[in-house]
Amino acid sequence: MYDRGIIIPGLIIFVLLVTFPIWYNHGVAGDVPKPELPKDSKKCVDSVNVMRSKHMQLLNEWRDEVLRTGDRAYFELEGKKYQKSLQNACITCHTSKKKFCDTCHEYASVTPYCWDCHLAPVESE
Amino acid sequence: MDKKRREFLKIAGISTLAGLGAPAVVDRLITGSYPLAARAAREVTPGEGAGDQASTAGHGSDTVPSGTRYGMVIDVRKFNENPAMAEACIKACHSVHNVPDLAEKNNEIKWIWLTGYGNAFPDHSHYHKDENLEKNQVLVLCNHCDSPPCVRACPTKATFKNKDGIVAMDYHRCIGCRFCMAACPYGARSFNWQDPRNGLDMNKINREFPTRMRGVVEKCNFCVDRLPRGLQPACVEATGASKAMVFGDLNDPNSEIRQVLKENFTIQRKPALGTQPSVFFIV
Amino acid sequence: MFEKALKGNNYYWIWLAFLGTFMAIGALCYIRQYNYGLGLTGMSRSVSWGLYISQFTFLVGVAAGGVMLVLPYYIHNYKAFGRITILGEFLAIAALTMCLMFIIADLGQPLRALNVLLHPTPNSMLFWDMIVLNGYLFLNILCGWVILTAERKQVKPPKWIYIFVYISIPFAISIHTVTAMLYCGLPGRHFWLSAIIAPRFLASAFAAGPALILLVGLILKRVANFDVGKEAKDKIVTIILYAAIINAFFLMLEFFVGYYSNIPGHKHTLEYLFFGLEHDGHVYNNLVPYLWGFVVLCASGIALLAIPYTRRNDLWLGIGSAAIFFGLWLDKGIGFVLGGFVPTPLEEVVEYYPTLNEIMITIAVWCTGFFILTVLYKIAISVEHEIES
Repeated sequence: MYDRGIIIPGLIIFVLLVTFPIWYNHGVAGDVPKPELPKDSKKCVDSVNVMRSKHMQLLNEWRDEVLRTGDRAYFELEGKKYQKSLQNACITCHTSKKKFCDTCHEYASVTPYCWDCHLAPVESE
Repeated sequence: MDKKRREFLKIAGISTLAGLGAPAVVDRLITGSYPLAARAAREVTPGEGAGDQASTAGHGSDTVPSGTRYGMVIDVRKFNENPAMAEACIKACHSVHNVPDLAEKNNEIKWIWLTGYGNAFPDHSHYHKDENLEKNQVLVLCNHCDSPPCVRACPTKATFKNKDGIVAMDYHRCIGCRFCMAACPYGARSFNWQDPRNGLDMNKINREFPTRMRGVVEKCNFCVDRLPRGLQPACVEATGASKAMVFGDLNDPNSEIRQVLKENFTIQRKPALGTQPSVFFIV
Repeated sequence: MFEKALKGNNYYWIWLAFLGTFMAIGALCYIRQYNYGLGLTGMSRSVSWGLYISQFTFLVGVAAGGVMLVLPYYIHNYKAFGRITILGEFLAIAALTMCLMFIIADLGQPLRALNVLLHPTPNSMLFWDMIVLNGYLFLNILCGWVILTAERKQVKPPKWIYIFVYISIPFAISIHTVTAMLYCGLPGRHFWLSAIIAPRFLASAFAAGPALILLVGLILKRVANFDVGKEAKDKIVTIILYAAIINAFFLMLEFFVGYYSNIPGHKHTLEYLFFGLEHDGHVYNNLVPYLWGFVVLCASGIALLAIPYTRRNDLWLGIGSAAIFFGLWLDKGIGFVLGGFVPTPLEEVVEYYPTLNEIMITIAVWCTGFFILTVLYKIAISVEHEIES
């Protein structure tokens, strides 16, 4: 093999860099997040699994329906009427962004920019 | 490189290109099976409806009515009688929609504001104006044109005409190119040159309405969020029972706004540009 | 072929390092702008496009100008341009890269730029501009590279490339036409609302592009031992002269329409740009020196290129083409876009002054363009030298 002196150390450095997250965290994936669920209401717009994996699509759908198609119909849940709205519906039950949204988002290392415009609930501390 | 390998690479390259383009094409073809695309198809296509209407409407006449078309009449005389009312309208609008009050004049954002008669209506005569117009100012806002140049210019459909004739903004989609600002002949649009929250008191904010983020264009939305809740636009509400502002459906012959238009001589801003504004003024 | 760009004398490296320094400073300035927002620029609600978009507009012209070398060679079989069409194509690549960088620098939400593709909107001229600009960039990279590779191997370029060369010619026209349409289709902006904008853009482009190539050609003769050739040089001068004169003619037509019709909207911006516009007792004239600079530079540039004595002298020829390039930059790269916002749709006058941060980003984009141009020209000329030896 030509240039063995360069290629092999280069490969080693490359592998070390790529695996950085693993050895930096000592091979531990971190604790599974436990988002705090609302105490007063039991039912969300969909099942836990769907909400966990698809809430972003749902929010996008609501956004397009409300804003673009003008379909602002309310929906009913446990006898209460809600708008299709992150700011005016979701956070009426999920009253803490820190204890709900952020727990998973931080774990998954995603930073959605919803809250750049939409007002997060006032944290009660 | 032997011949076969070269041929393979050629075919691979071409099919990659085709593969990249195909989804978009297929998407368009089978709109029914793809919810997002279907939704896109239901949207009012910018320019399309308005253009057709304009061409069939003939010379000088307005558009053929179809569906709802929200409009507004502003009675400048009533504002002249009660100058504090205009400020109340501005305040109502800007606080309901969390419009920031930024220190830097260059970064200013406004949805509804006062300007001189000559500024609002540069094409009308200003020679020896009557005293009222000389002294007082006129409230101006987005005209929610029937044939909006901003919608024509927008490269992402972030601004569009909705089914009620309101020229709306989708702040999620705006890329901040500001083509719409160059296109608007009324200077109705503002850009978020910095984070708008720099100019908002976050404790006194309207928690039912979002703010905007930096890098997007914003403007009056004719209170598109309040109308379905049975509310009048915030500025109209602020004028109380004075009838200084009348809001309603221009296509409904029995609406109050149509009565006002029938009984008064009204003017629009820059009608010669063919934008067909939905805001009318009694001066 | 890239290895050719890695070998050069000290001047080559010093020049690249010089450009690189400004690129680095500009990158830092852009990070500042990215984090704070476009509030770090001098733009405002009234003047909503500034240096970035005006540079973009000018550089689209420079990119389109390269076609003035490609067209005579490939359509009219004008052999004298054989050696330098590559300079036109590589100039287009550098200029278009600058254009795209200026667009990105100007976006409020640069990360969403691809929304233009995700939600294609054929009624927006910006959508078409994106298509033709990227198309033209692709065509120039393809044609330039394939033809240079063939030249290096001293074989004829493959036949299929000619299809792309011929397509690239109308594309060159289209990039500047569509860029003009960004402006000339907007109601209520009287200065831009003129059918002559696209022809005027093309005229100034066909002067500015070749003027830059001629200027660079004269420099290359001294520093890189690369001669454009006398016949080619004379022909480029002719092209520049005609294009610059036609541009001046079109501008005079604008003056005639504005001042003879006496319609205020058609006159105001010209008044603001060339004489200063009075409004509420204040005269606004911050662009007047630039526009008279354009007049003086273009007039003297045309004279230097037209008079046989100065045309035959390389120094005067260089000064003349630099004057035309710089003059047209003042016209289109400063006056046209910024002037169009005065007066505002509400009949007010707001003057625009770029900030230091904005100017540094602008300089950095220009330096990036010249960096790319230097590297590409280095490759092209090294190939030429290799063939000769």
